[in-house]
Amino acid sequence: MKNVLILFICLLPGFAYGGQAKDLADDPVLEKRMIGLAENLRCLVCQNESLASSRSELANDLRQEVREQMQKGMSDQEIIDYLVSRYGDYVLFDPPVKSYTLLLWYGPFALLLAGLAGLILQLRKRKNKIPEAHLSNEDVKRAADLLNPSKDL
Amino acid sequence: MMRFIWPFVIFVVLAGFLYVGLHLNPREVPSPLIGKPAPVFNLSQLHDPTKQFSPQEMKGQVWLLNVWASWCVSCRVEHPVLLALSRQNIVPIYGLDYKDKREAGLAWLQEGGNPYVISASDTDGRIGIDYGVYGVPETYVIDKEGVIRYKQIGPVTQLSLHEKILPLIAELKAK
Repeated sequence: MKNVLILFICLLPGFAYGGQAKDLADDPVLEKRMIGLAENLRCLVCQNESLASSRSELANDLRQEVREQMQKGMSDQEIIDYLVSRYGDYVLFDPPVKSYTLLLWYGPFALLLAGLAGLILQLRKRKNKIPEAHLSNEDVKRAADLLNPSKDL
Repeated sequence: MMRFIWPFVIFVVLAGFLYVGLHLNPREVPSPLIGKPAPVFNLSQLHDPTKQFSPQEMKGQVWLLNVWASWCVSCRVEHPVLLALSRQNIVPIYGLDYKDKREAGLAWLQEGGNPYVISASDTDGRIGIDYGVYGVPETYVIDKEGVIRYKQIGPVTQLSLHEKILPLIAELKAK
């Protein structure tokens, strides 16, 4: 009797299995599309995570929202616009080029150009600093003699 | 002497950027809804689910929409500020009970006091998404035409109330 009871207790957790979340299994193609889109979107609550990987409640809700909009036949761009109209460009991991993101997009290139210009200027300046030596014929001869001592031997 | 000028200039510029950065809040998401009409909704009221509340009823008035929940810890920080404000009769405060169980919301208002004229139940958080809610509490100042003028992310404090919200309300009411 006791053994039967133990066996029964051991089997109990099996009944606790709740099944996989339904919406995940519903349509694998749609789910894949949703994850693909959500990977490029930022979770608002934990901002270093994508909407696809975050476990926050809001991310859950937003994923559900994206799923439903996909089922309604909205394009990826329409869904992105929907989210941007509510949460701003902040939800995008890839910020659009706008007047206030110009520095972000082109700043590094501007710095690179400035660095190159500085380098070229510096090199030119240095070239002018080296004085041209004026040598008379005699000096040239002396230098040649010094450089080629074997002749004398 | 001149050779130290450029490193010094670069240092000053960098230090300037870093100093400004110290005062920025990286968690603050600027709302694109400011200057736009408040999203329309029709939700049942928390205290009387047979009745509905819609922001359209508020046309012609300056009002506050405060997103709260019984599970929200920072809401308890701002609660005394809201209670005091509601007693002053300057501006009506309406609540949006975000992703909350009705009983829990009612119990919290019973316990902590109710600063809201009406609270609407946004049980599944759908309306929250429309308003771009990402961190409760959030408070919206909405003008007579139903346009969102300001959004306070996080608790309303005495400071934000007196520096931002109240002057803005006075200005909007005068229009």
